[in-house]
Amino acid sequence: MIAEAIRRGALADYAERFTTLYETAGSSVSIRELPFLAQLNLRVDAGDTAVMGQVTDYLGFSLPLTPNTASQAGDRRALWLGPDEWLIVGPDDQATSLEQALRGGLGGAVGSVVDVSANRTVLEIRGSKGHDLLAHGVPIDLDPGAFGPGCCAQTLLAKAQVIIERRDEAPAFQLYIRSSFASYVADWLLDAARAL
Amino acid sequence: MLIPCPWCGDREDIEFKYGGAAQIAYPANPDSADDAAWARYVFFRPNPKGKMAERWVHSAGCRRWFNLVRDTVTHEITPTPAAEERR
Repeated sequence: MIAEAIRRGALADYAERFTTLYETAGSSVSIRELPFLAQLNLRVDAGDTAVMGQVTDYLGFSLPLTPNTASQAGDRRALWLGPDEWLIVGPDDQATSLEQALRGGLGGAVGSVVDVSANRTVLEIRGSKGHDLLAHGVPIDLDPGAFGPGCCAQTLLAKAQVIIERRDEAPAFQLYIRSSFASYVADWLLDAARAL
Repeated sequence: MLIPCPWCGDREDIEFKYGGAAQIAYPANPDSADDAAWARYVFFRPNPKGKMAERWVHSAGCRRWFNLVRDTVTHEITPTPAAEERR
């Protein structure tokens, strides 16, 4: 018997339930998993302008220095996680190229680049009631006035640590959830969606 | 209760963990510190009724430690200069 490696998203089993939600709630709220995104944790001294410049050159865009914001270029994005810490996100097949770019940018400077792609899966919550759904369990203000396009935040959703991001003007949030918490968060969201 | 993270701004207290009293000075000459001096450093903590300098960590957010001054009676938090709190 030949062992076969099968890759499954952390929430592959929930696809049907997400579809059912879409069929009942329509365009007001929908949930889908965006599995297998390349995610890299970068730590580097933000005060070292030479290294930050190199990282910008290798990466193709500059890291956000304002807390709780994201920057992007094409299909790559960088989320602020801390004053010396970022999450670089790209498409599935770019984990290696992103890692090489970040290592090149870091050069010999003090810092680290870690592939954390398997650490989190991403849920996209889309629709006019997506904000209401998250407001059931998130302690921060997600109103567009306080949390507009390009904002991200690390917070708690129903006691589970999540990163929430609003990419653009569209009524959609990206939730970065720890893989081990993914089914709990998905169950919680589906339950909360019934109360909308 | 809202706690002002020096990086993320005001956040709910459930996102934070408490780190006890701030400004506990390490013995100046650890080689010559006697048991009483070590005991004072390791075990003795202020327990004021009123303003207290404290360590907090934004554990569910940016995971940074910082200092703030909280009134233990009213929970009122006194603003701290950025250079002092981001340590």
